[in-house]
Amino acid sequence: MATLLELEHITAGYGEEIIFRDVSLVVEKGAFIGVIGPNGGGKTTLVKIILGLLKPIQGSIRSYLETEIGYLPQNNPIDRKFPITVREVVMSGLISKDKFFVRFDREHRKKAESIMERMGILHLRNKSVGMISGGQLQRALLGRAIISDPHLLVLDEPGTFVDNRFEKDLYELLVELNNTVTIMMVSHDVGTISAYVKSIVCINRNLHYHRSNIITPEQLAQYNCPIQLITHGDVPHTVLSSHKD
Amino acid sequence: MDVLQYQFYQYALWAALLVSLSCGIIGTYITARRMVFLSGGITHASFGGIGLAYFLGMNPMVGAIIFALLSAFGIEVLSKKADIRQDSAIGILWTIGMAIGIVFIFLTPGYASNLMSFLFGSILTVSLQDLLLMGLITFTLFLIFLILFKQILFIAFDEEYASTHKIRVKLLNYLMISLVSLTIVIGIRVVGVIMVISMLTIPQAIAGLFTNRFGKMILWSILFAFIGSVIGLYVSYAVNIPSGATIILTLAAIYLIIKLLKLSLGTFQTK
Repeated sequence: MATLLELEHITAGYGEEIIFRDVSLVVEKGAFIGVIGPNGGGKTTLVKIILGLLKPIQGSIRSYLETEIGYLPQNNPIDRKFPITVREVVMSGLISKDKFFVRFDREHRKKAESIMERMGILHLRNKSVGMISGGQLQRALLGRAIISDPHLLVLDEPGTFVDNRFEKDLYELLVELNNTVTIMMVSHDVGTISAYVKSIVCINRNLHYHRSNIITPEQLAQYNCPIQLITHGDVPHTVLSSHKD
Repeated sequence: MDVLQYQFYQYALWAALLVSLSCGIIGTYITARRMVFLSGGITHASFGGIGLAYFLGMNPMVGAIIFALLSAFGIEVLSKKADIRQDSAIGILWTIGMAIGIVFIFLTPGYASNLMSFLFGSILTVSLQDLLLMGLITFTLFLIFLILFKQILFIAFDEEYASTHKIRVKLLNYLMISLVSLTIVIGIRVVGVIMVISMLTIPQAIAGLFTNRFGKMILWSILFAFIGSVIGLYVSYAVNIPSGATIILTLAAIYLIIKLLKLSLGTFQTK
Protein backbone atom coordinates (compact mmCIF):
# COMPACT_ATOMS: atom_id res chain seq x y z
CA MET A 1 0.00 0.00 0.00
CA ALA A 2 1.21 3.48 -0.76
CA THR A 3 2.78 5.42 2.07
CA LEU A 4 1.51 8.95 2.75
CA LEU A 5 3.63 9.95 5.71
CA GLU A 6 6.68 8.56 7.43
CA LEU A 7 7.80 9.69 10.88
CA GLU A 8 11.30 8.50 11.67
CA HIS A 9 12.75 8.48 15.19
CA ILE A 10 10.99 11.67 16.23
CA THR A 11 11.73 13.26 19.58
CA ALA A 12 9.41 16.14 20.38
CA GLY A 13 8.64 18.54 23.19
CA TYR A 14 8.39 22.14 24.26
CA GLY A 15 11.58 23.87 25.36
CA GLU A 16 13.25 21.69 27.97
CA GLU A 17 10.31 19.35 28.36
CA ILE A 18 10.44 16.23 26.22
CA ILE A 19 6.98 14.79 25.51
CA PHE A 20 8.04 11.68 23.60
CA ARG A 21 11.29 10.13 22.35
CA ASP A 22 12.27 8.14 19.29
CA VAL A 23 8.79 7.70 17.85
CA SER A 24 8.38 6.19 14.39
CA LEU A 25 5.15 5.77 12.46
CA VAL A 26 4.14 5.01 8.90
CA VAL A 27 0.74 6.26 7.71
CA GLU A 28 -0.48 4.28 4.75
CA LYS A 29 -3.07 5.32 2.22
CA GLY A 30 -6.60 4.30 3.19
CA ALA A 31 -5.86 3.90 6.89
CA PHE A 32 -8.26 4.99 9.61
CA ILE A 33 -6.05 5.33 12.66
CA GLY A 34 -7.36 6.04 16.14
CA VAL A 35 -4.74 7.78 18.29
CA ILE A 36 -5.28 7.01 21.96
CA GLY A 37 -3.38 7.49 25.18
CA PRO A 38 -3.57 9.25 28.51
CA ASN A 39 -3.57 13.04 28.90
CA GLY A 40 -0.06 14.40 28.62
CA GLY A 41 1.03 11.27 26.78
CA GLY A 42 1.67 13.18 23.56
CA LYS A 43 -1.48 12.84 21.43
CA THR A 44 -1.75 16.51 20.55
CA THR A 45 2.04 16.84 20.22
CA LEU A 46 1.99 14.05 17.63
CA VAL A 47 -0.75 15.92 15.74
CA LYS A 48 1.28 19.14 15.81
CA ILE A 49 4.36 17.34 14.49
CA ILE A 50 2.36 15.81 11.64
CA LEU A 51 0.77 19.16 10.75
CA GLY A 52 4.14 20.92 10.82
CA LEU A 53 3.04 23.24 13.63
CA LEU A 54 5.84 21.95 15.85
CA LYS A 55 9.38 21.19 14.68
CA PRO A 56 10.76 17.90 15.98
CA ILE A 57 13.80 18.16 18.27
CA GLN A 58 15.20 15.08 16.58
CA GLY A 59 14.15 12.84 13.73
CA SER A 60 12.55 13.51 10.38
CA ILE A 61 9.20 13.46 8.64
CA ARG A 62 8.84 12.34 5.06
CA SER A 63 5.64 13.39 3.36
CA TYR A 64 4.34 11.91 0.12
CA LEU A 65 1.14 13.95 0.30
CA GLU A 66 0.04 15.92 -2.75
CA THR A 67 -2.46 18.02 -0.82
CA GLU A 68 -2.55 20.04 2.36
CA ILE A 69 -3.65 18.06 5.41
CA GLY A 70 -7.28 18.59 6.39
CA TYR A 71 -7.36 19.43 10.08
CA LEU A 72 -10.11 19.58 12.66
CA PRO A 73 -8.69 21.26 15.77
CA GLN A 74 -10.04 20.94 19.26
CA ASN A 75 -13.01 23.23 19.56
CA ASN A 76 -11.84 25.35 22.46
CA PRO A 77 -9.29 27.77 20.91
CA ILE A 78 -11.89 29.23 18.55
CA ASP A 79 -13.02 32.75 19.53
CA ARG A 80 -16.81 32.53 19.41
CA LYS A 81 -17.17 36.32 19.33
CA PHE A 82 -15.17 36.63 16.11
CA PRO A 83 -17.21 38.30 13.34
CA ILE A 84 -17.17 35.51 10.76
CA THR A 85 -19.99 33.49 9.16
CA VAL A 86 -20.34 29.72 8.83
CA ARG A 87 -19.89 30.02 5.06
CA GLU A 88 -16.68 32.00 5.50
CA VAL A 89 -15.33 29.43 7.97
CA VAL A 90 -16.01 26.56 5.55
CA MET A 91 -14.52 28.43 2.60
CA SER A 92 -11.40 29.34 4.54
CA GLY A 93 -10.37 25.70 4.02
CA LEU A 94 -9.73 26.61 0.37
CA ILE A 95 -6.87 29.02 0.94
CA SER A 96 -3.37 27.71 0.47
CA LYS A 97 0.07 28.92 -0.37
CA ASP A 98 -0.23 28.50 -4.15
CA LYS A 99 -3.75 29.92 -4.26
CA PHE A 100 -2.77 33.04 -2.39
CA PHE A 101 -4.28 35.66 -4.66
CA VAL A 102 -7.08 33.59 -6.14
CA ARG A 103 -10.56 34.93 -5.56
CA PHE A 104 -13.34 32.49 -4.78
CA ASP A 105 -15.46 31.85 -7.90
CA ARG A 106 -18.83 30.23 -8.52
CA GLU A 107 -17.34 26.76 -8.44
CA HIS A 108 -15.85 27.37 -4.99
CA ARG A 109 -19.16 28.69 -3.70
CA LYS A 110 -21.02 25.67 -5.10
CA LYS A 111 -18.51 23.38 -3.46
CA ALA A 112 -18.97 25.15 -0.15
CA GLU A 113 -22.75 24.79 -0.42
CA SER A 114 -22.57 21.07 -1.12
CA ILE A 115 -20.19 20.58 1.82
CA MET A 116 -22.47 22.58 4.13
CA GLU A 117 -25.45 20.55 2.87
CA ARG A 118 -23.57 17.34 3.68
CA MET A 119 -22.72 18.66 7.16
CA GLY A 120 -26.34 19.68 7.71
CA ILE A 121 -25.49 23.34 8.25
CA LEU A 122 -26.55 24.90 4.94
CA HIS A 123 -29.40 26.77 6.66
CA LEU A 124 -26.85 28.36 9.02
CA ARG A 125 -24.53 29.62 6.27
CA ASN A 126 -25.05 33.32 7.01
CA LYS A 127 -25.00 32.98 10.81
CA SER A 128 -21.90 34.07 12.67
CA VAL A 129 -20.00 31.52 14.75
CA GLY A 130 -21.27 33.15 17.94
CA MET A 131 -24.87 32.33 17.04
CA ILE A 132 -24.56 28.57 16.52
CA SER A 133 -24.11 25.66 18.93
CA GLY A 134 -20.85 23.88 19.69
CA GLY A 135 -21.91 20.89 17.61
CA GLN A 136 -22.82 23.12 14.67
CA LEU A 137 -19.46 24.87 14.90
CA GLN A 138 -17.76 21.48 14.93
CA ARG A 139 -19.59 20.61 11.70
CA ALA A 140 -18.49 23.90 10.13
CA LEU A 141 -14.89 23.21 11.13
CA LEU A 142 -15.12 19.69 9.70
CA GLY A 143 -16.49 21.25 6.50
CA ARG A 144 -13.45 23.54 6.43
CA ALA A 145 -11.18 20.52 6.87
CA ILE A 146 -12.62 18.54 3.94
CA ILE A 147 -13.54 21.25 1.41
CA SER A 148 -10.08 21.17 -0.18
CA ASP A 149 -10.34 17.38 -0.82
CA PRO A 150 -7.35 16.49 1.36
CA HIS A 151 -5.74 13.06 1.06
CA LEU A 152 -5.13 13.00 4.80
CA LEU A 153 -7.56 14.20 7.44
CA VAL A 154 -6.39 14.75 11.03
CA LEU A 155 -8.96 15.21 13.79
CA ASP A 156 -8.11 16.20 17.36
CA GLU A 157 -10.78 15.06 19.84
CA PRO A 158 -13.73 15.60 17.47
CA GLY A 159 -16.12 14.07 20.01
CA THR A 160 -15.69 16.75 22.67
CA PHE A 161 -18.22 19.59 22.91
CA VAL A 162 -20.76 17.77 20.75
CA ASP A 163 -23.90 15.91 21.68
CA ASN A 164 -24.01 12.12 21.47
CA ARG A 165 -26.22 12.07 18.41
CA PHE A 166 -23.85 14.25 16.41
CA GLU A 167 -20.87 12.29 17.68
CA LYS A 168 -22.36 9.12 16.19
CA ASP A 169 -23.25 10.92 12.94
CA LEU A 170 -19.73 12.29 12.81
CA TYR A 171 -18.06 8.89 13.15
CA GLU A 172 -20.36 7.38 10.52
CA LEU A 173 -19.54 10.26 8.21
CA LEU A 174 -15.84 9.63 8.81
CA VAL A 175 -16.22 5.94 7.95
CA GLU A 176 -17.87 7.02 4.68
CA LEU A 177 -15.14 9.59 4.00
CA ASN A 178 -12.54 6.92 4.68
CA ASN A 179 -13.41 5.34 1.30
CA THR A 180 -11.44 8.14 -0.30
CA VAL A 181 -9.53 9.84 2.51
CA THR A 182 -6.94 8.56 4.95
CA ILE A 183 -7.92 9.53 8.50
CA MET A 184 -6.10 9.96 11.76
CA MET A 185 -8.28 10.69 14.77
CA VAL A 186 -7.17 11.55 18.30
CA SER A 187 -9.52 10.61 21.10
CA HIS A 188 -9.47 9.95 24.79
CA ASP A 189 -12.66 7.98 24.35
CA VAL A 190 -11.23 4.65 23.21
CA GLY A 191 -14.42 2.72 23.68
CA THR A 192 -16.44 4.81 21.27
CA ILE A 193 -13.96 5.19 18.45
CA SER A 194 -12.72 1.59 18.39
CA ALA A 195 -15.85 0.48 16.57
CA TYR A 196 -15.03 2.81 13.68
CA VAL A 197 -11.26 2.88 13.29
CA LYS A 198 -9.20 0.23 11.47
CA SER A 199 -6.04 0.49 13.53
CA ILE A 200 -4.91 2.03 16.79
CA VAL A 201 -1.87 4.04 17.77
CA CYS A 202 -1.28 4.23 21.48
CA ILE A 203 0.96 7.07 22.56
CA ASN A 204 2.22 7.42 26.09
CA ARG A 205 5.75 8.84 25.89
CA ASN A 206 6.31 5.87 23.54
CA LEU A 207 4.30 4.93 20.51
CA HIS A 208 2.76 1.57 19.71
CA TYR A 209 1.10 0.96 16.41
CA HIS A 210 -1.50 -1.73 16.53
CA ARG A 211 -2.66 -2.84 13.12
CA SER A 212 -6.17 -3.74 14.15
CA ASN A 213 -8.82 -2.22 16.33
CA ILE A 214 -8.59 -4.93 18.98
CA ILE A 215 -6.12 -4.76 21.83
CA THR A 216 -5.67 -7.60 24.29
CA PRO A 217 -4.90 -7.14 28.01
CA GLU A 218 -1.42 -8.60 27.48
CA GLN A 219 -0.57 -6.14 24.73
CA LEU A 220 -1.94 -3.30 26.76
CA ALA A 221 0.22 -4.19 29.73
CA GLN A 222 3.21 -4.37 27.45
CA TYR A 223 2.36 -0.97 25.91
CA ASN A 224 2.14 0.65 29.31
CA CYS A 225 -0.96 2.42 28.08
CA PRO A 226 -3.30 2.95 31.01
CA ILE A 227 -6.60 2.89 29.19
CA GLN A 228 -9.69 0.79 29.02
CA LEU A 229 -9.59 -2.51 27.17
CA ILE A 230 -11.04 -3.00 23.74
CA THR A 231 -12.55 -6.18 22.37
CA HIS A 232 -15.01 -6.68 19.57
CA GLY A 233 -17.82 -8.99 18.71
CA ASP A 234 -18.88 -9.65 15.11
CA VAL A 235 -21.48 -6.94 15.26
CA PRO A 236 -20.06 -3.42 15.10
CA HIS A 237 -20.34 -2.58 18.73
CA THR A 238 -17.77 -2.49 21.48
CA VAL A 239 -17.58 -4.62 24.56
CA LEU A 240 -15.34 -3.18 27.21
CA SER A 241 -13.84 -5.10 30.05
CA SER A 242 -12.20 -3.39 32.95
CA HIS A 243 -8.50 -2.85 33.23
CA LYS A 244 -6.52 -5.30 35.33
CA ASP A 245 -4.58 -3.21 37.78
CA MET B 1 -22.25 76.42 6.59
CA ASP B 2 -20.06 79.42 5.87
CA VAL B 3 -17.24 77.75 7.77
CA LEU B 4 -16.67 75.50 4.76
CA GLN B 5 -15.01 78.34 2.88
CA TYR B 6 -12.01 78.21 5.21
CA GLN B 7 -9.16 76.07 3.96
CA PHE B 8 -8.34 74.70 7.43
CA TYR B 9 -11.91 73.43 7.69
CA GLN B 10 -11.72 71.74 4.30
CA TYR B 11 -8.46 70.11 5.35
CA ALA B 12 -10.11 68.98 8.58
CA LEU B 13 -12.91 67.30 6.63
CA TRP B 14 -10.42 65.51 4.41
CA ALA B 15 -8.54 64.37 7.51
CA ALA B 16 -11.82 63.13 9.01
CA LEU B 17 -12.49 61.08 5.87
CA LEU B 18 -9.00 59.56 5.79
CA VAL B 19 -8.98 58.77 9.50
CA SER B 20 -12.44 57.18 9.21
CA LEU B 21 -11.31 54.98 6.33
CA SER B 22 -8.11 53.81 8.02
CA CYS B 23 -9.51 53.44 11.54
CA GLY B 24 -12.63 51.71 10.19
CA ILE B 25 -10.51 49.03 8.54
CA ILE B 26 -7.80 48.60 11.19
CA GLY B 27 -10.17 49.01 14.14
CA THR B 28 -12.25 46.08 12.87
CA TYR B 29 -9.09 43.98 12.65
CA ILE B 30 -7.82 44.80 16.13
CA THR B 31 -11.18 44.43 17.87
CA ALA B 32 -11.83 41.10 16.13
CA ARG B 33 -8.39 39.84 17.20
CA ARG B 34 -8.69 41.39 20.69
CA MET B 35 -5.56 43.49 20.17
CA VAL B 36 -6.92 46.69 21.73
CA PHE B 37 -4.48 46.74 24.67
CA LEU B 38 -1.56 46.10 22.31
CA SER B 39 -2.74 49.01 20.16
CA GLY B 40 -2.96 51.20 23.26
CA GLY B 41 0.68 50.35 23.99
CA ILE B 42 1.79 51.27 20.47
CA THR B 43 -0.20 54.52 20.68
CA HIS B 44 1.43 55.72 23.87
CA ALA B 45 4.91 54.50 22.92
CA SER B 46 4.72 56.63 19.78
CA PHE B 47 4.51 59.73 21.97
CA GLY B 48 8.28 59.22 22.49
CA GLY B 49 8.77 59.75 18.76
CA ILE B 50 6.62 62.86 18.83
CA GLY B 51 8.77 64.35 21.62
CA LEU B 52 12.03 63.45 19.91
CA ALA B 53 10.92 64.85 16.54
CA TYR B 54 9.70 68.01 18.26
CA PHE B 55 13.11 68.39 19.94
CA LEU B 56 14.94 67.87 16.62
CA GLY B 57 12.60 70.17 14.72
CA MET B 58 11.23 67.39 12.49
CA ASN B 59 7.61 66.61 11.53
CA PRO B 60 6.22 64.94 14.70
CA MET B 61 4.19 62.47 12.60
CA VAL B 62 7.41 61.03 11.17
CA GLY B 63 8.81 60.56 14.68
CA ALA B 64 5.53 58.97 15.76
CA ILE B 65 5.63 56.51 12.83
CA ILE B 66 9.17 55.40 13.70
CA PHE B 67 8.37 54.91 17.38
CA ALA B 68 5.07 53.18 16.66
CA LEU B 69 6.78 50.65 14.39
CA LEU B 70 9.68 50.13 16.81
CA SER B 71 7.34 49.55 19.74
CA ALA B 72 5.15 47.14 17.75
CA PHE B 73 8.16 45.00 16.88
CA GLY B 74 9.67 45.60 20.34
CA ILE B 75 6.60 44.11 22.03
CA GLU B 76 6.86 41.09 19.73
CA VAL B 77 10.58 40.62 20.45
CA LEU B 78 10.23 41.14 24.22
CA SER B 79 7.39 38.67 24.51
CA LYS B 80 8.91 36.02 22.22
CA LYS B 81 12.65 36.26 22.87
CA ALA B 82 13.09 37.91 26.27
CA ASP B 83 10.41 35.73 27.86
CA ILE B 84 8.45 38.69 29.24
CA ARG B 85 4.73 38.10 29.12
CA GLN B 86 3.04 40.06 26.37
CA ASP B 87 0.85 42.27 28.54
CA SER B 88 3.88 43.19 30.66
CA ALA B 89 5.90 43.97 27.53
CA ILE B 90 3.07 46.24 26.36
CA GLY B 91 2.95 48.02 29.71
CA ILE B 92 6.72 48.55 29.71
CA LEU B 93 6.96 50.03 26.20
CA TRP B 94 3.76 52.05 26.76
CA THR B 95 5.32 53.97 29.65
CA ILE B 96 8.90 54.13 28.33
CA GLY B 97 7.57 55.83 25.19
CA MET B 98 5.59 58.35 27.23
CA ALA B 99 8.63 59.04 29.43
CA ILE B 100 10.90 59.68 26.42
CA GLY B 101 8.32 62.03 24.95
CA ILE B 102 7.95 64.04 28.14
CA VAL B 103 11.73 64.36 28.64
CA PHE B 104 12.34 65.65 25.11
CA ILE B 105 9.44 68.07 25.20
CA PHE B 106 10.83 69.40 28.51
CA LEU B 107 14.30 69.76 26.91
CA THR B 108 12.93 71.68 23.93
CA PRO B 109 13.34 75.43 24.48
CA GLY B 110 10.19 77.55 24.51
CA TYR B 111 6.62 76.83 25.49
CA ALA B 112 5.43 73.34 24.49
CA SER B 113 2.11 74.39 23.01
CA ASN B 114 2.10 71.43 20.63
CA LEU B 115 2.22 68.99 23.52
CA MET B 116 -1.48 69.45 24.15
CA SER B 117 -2.33 69.07 20.49
CA PHE B 118 -0.62 65.67 20.35
CA LEU B 119 -2.15 64.46 23.57
CA PHE B 120 -5.65 65.59 22.61
CA GLY B 121 -5.44 65.93 18.82
CA SER B 122 -5.96 68.95 16.63
CA ILE B 123 -7.77 68.19 13.43
CA LEU B 124 -8.13 71.91 12.67
CA THR B 125 -4.36 72.40 12.28
CA VAL B 126 -3.81 69.53 9.81
CA SER B 127 -1.44 70.67 7.05
CA LEU B 128 -1.35 69.66 3.40
CA GLN B 129 1.79 67.64 4.15
CA ASP B 130 -0.07 65.76 6.91
CA LEU B 131 -2.96 65.09 4.53
CA LEU B 132 -0.65 63.68 1.87
CA LEU B 133 0.96 61.36 4.42
CA MET B 134 -2.47 60.26 5.69
CA GLY B 135 -3.64 59.71 2.11
CA LEU B 136 -0.63 57.58 1.29
CA ILE B 137 -1.06 55.40 4.38
CA THR B 138 -4.81 55.01 3.87
CA PHE B 139 -4.35 54.11 0.19
CA THR B 140 -1.72 51.46 1.03
CA LEU B 141 -3.97 50.02 3.72
CA PHE B 142 -6.94 49.94 1.37
CA LEU B 143 -4.93 48.20 -1.35
CA ILE B 144 -3.54 45.53 1.00
CA PHE B 145 -6.98 44.74 2.40
CA LEU B 146 -8.44 44.58 -1.09
CA ILE B 147 -5.85 42.05 -2.24
CA LEU B 148 -5.34 40.01 0.92
CA PHE B 149 -8.77 40.27 2.56
CA LYS B 150 -9.37 36.51 2.81
CA GLN B 151 -5.92 35.71 4.12
CA ILE B 152 -6.15 38.48 6.72
CA LEU B 153 -9.60 37.31 7.84
CA PHE B 154 -8.70 33.63 8.04
CA ILE B 155 -5.41 34.17 9.85
CA ALA B 156 -7.17 36.46 12.31
CA PHE B 157 -9.87 33.84 12.91
CA ASP B 158 -7.60 30.80 13.25
CA GLU B 159 -3.88 31.38 12.94
CA GLU B 160 -2.99 27.76 13.62
CA TYR B 161 -5.23 26.49 10.85
CA ALA B 162 -3.76 28.97 8.37
CA SER B 163 -0.29 27.67 9.35
CA THR B 164 -1.28 24.11 8.47
CA HIS B 165 -2.09 25.38 4.97
CA LYS B 166 1.44 26.79 4.68
CA ILE B 167 0.28 30.42 4.69
CA ARG B 168 3.05 32.86 5.65
CA VAL B 169 1.34 33.67 8.93
CA LYS B 170 4.32 35.38 10.57
CA LEU B 171 5.02 37.60 7.58
CA LEU B 172 1.39 38.67 7.34
CA ASN B 173 1.22 39.32 11.08
CA TYR B 174 4.23 41.63 10.82
CA LEU B 175 2.65 43.40 7.86
CA MET B 176 -0.59 43.84 9.80
CA ILE B 177 1.05 45.17 12.96
CA SER B 178 2.90 47.70 10.78
CA LEU B 179 -0.40 48.82 9.29
CA VAL B 180 -1.90 49.07 12.78
CA SER B 181 1.03 51.30 13.82
CA LEU B 182 0.65 53.59 10.81
CA THR B 183 -3.10 53.91 11.34
CA ILE B 184 -2.60 54.79 15.00
CA VAL B 185 -0.33 57.66 13.97
CA ILE B 186 -3.00 59.04 11.64
CA GLY B 187 -5.48 58.79 14.49
CA ILE B 188 -3.12 60.59 16.87
CA ARG B 189 -2.98 63.59 14.53
CA VAL B 190 -6.77 63.87 14.65
CA VAL B 191 -7.92 62.85 18.14
CA GLY B 192 -4.61 62.61 20.00
CA VAL B 193 -2.66 59.96 21.93
CA ILE B 194 -5.13 59.82 24.81
CA MET B 195 -8.21 59.19 22.69
CA VAL B 196 -7.09 57.41 19.52
CA ILE B 197 -8.20 53.99 20.80
CA SER B 198 -11.80 55.18 20.75
CA MET B 199 -11.59 55.79 16.97
CA LEU B 200 -10.55 52.14 16.68
CA THR B 201 -13.25 50.72 18.94
CA ILE B 202 -16.43 52.84 19.16
CA PRO B 203 -17.25 52.77 15.40
CA GLN B 204 -16.77 48.97 15.53
CA ALA B 205 -19.07 48.70 18.53
CA ILE B 206 -21.71 50.64 16.57
CA ALA B 207 -21.10 48.46 13.51
CA GLY B 208 -21.54 45.40 15.72
CA LEU B 209 -25.14 46.48 16.29
CA PHE B 210 -25.81 45.98 12.58
CA THR B 211 -23.65 43.06 11.49
CA ASN B 212 -21.58 40.09 12.64
CA ARG B 213 -19.54 39.88 9.46
CA PHE B 214 -15.96 41.11 9.26
CA GLY B 215 -16.27 42.71 5.80
CA LYS B 216 -19.54 44.48 6.53
CA MET B 217 -18.24 45.55 9.92
CA ILE B 218 -15.43 47.44 8.15
CA LEU B 219 -17.92 49.28 5.91
CA TRP B 220 -20.30 50.19 8.76
CA SER B 221 -17.35 51.30 10.93
CA ILE B 222 -16.04 53.62 8.22
CA LEU B 223 -19.51 55.10 7.75
CA PHE B 224 -20.09 55.76 11.47
CA ALA B 225 -16.55 56.99 12.08
CA PHE B 226 -17.08 59.56 9.33
CA ILE B 227 -20.55 60.60 10.49
CA GLY B 228 -19.24 60.95 14.06
CA SER B 229 -16.21 62.97 12.95
CA VAL B 230 -18.19 65.38 10.78
CA ILE B 231 -20.88 65.99 13.40
CA GLY B 232 -18.24 66.24 16.16
CA LEU B 233 -16.20 68.68 14.11
CA TYR B 234 -19.20 70.88 13.48
CA VAL B 235 -20.38 70.83 17.10
CA SER B 236 -16.89 71.61 18.38
CA TYR B 237 -16.77 74.62 16.04
CA ALA B 238 -20.25 75.81 16.90
CA VAL B 239 -19.89 75.47 20.68
CA ASN B 240 -16.15 76.22 20.72
CA ILE B 241 -14.96 73.08 22.53
CA PRO B 242 -11.99 70.77 21.67
CA SER B 243 -12.62 68.81 18.46
CA GLY B 244 -11.03 65.44 19.42
CA ALA B 245 -13.09 65.05 22.57
CA THR B 246 -16.25 66.21 20.80
CA ILE B 247 -15.81 63.64 18.02
CA ILE B 248 -15.49 60.84 20.58
CA LEU B 249 -18.46 61.96 22.63
CA THR B 250 -20.48 62.18 19.41
CA LEU B 251 -19.53 58.60 18.53
CA ALA B 252 -20.47 57.44 22.03
CA ALA B 253 -23.82 59.24 21.70
CA ILE B 254 -24.46 57.56 18.34
CA TYR B 255 -23.78 54.17 19.93
CA LEU B 256 -26.10 54.89 22.82
CA ILE B 257 -28.94 56.16 20.61
CA ILE B 258 -28.81 53.20 18.24
CA LYS B 259 -28.49 50.71 21.09
CA LEU B 260 -31.51 52.23 22.85
CA LEU B 261 -33.50 52.30 19.61
CA LYS B 262 -32.64 48.68 19.05
CA LEU B 263 -33.67 47.72 22.56
CA SER B 264 -36.98 49.58 22.39
CA LEU B 265 -37.86 48.30 18.92
CA GLY B 266 -36.41 44.86 19.59
CA THR B 267 -37.08 43.95 16.01
CA PHE B 268 -34.22 44.58 13.67
CA GLN B 269 -31.97 41.61 13.74
CA THR B 270 -28.23 41.31 13.70
CA LYS B 271 -27.18 39.16 10.85
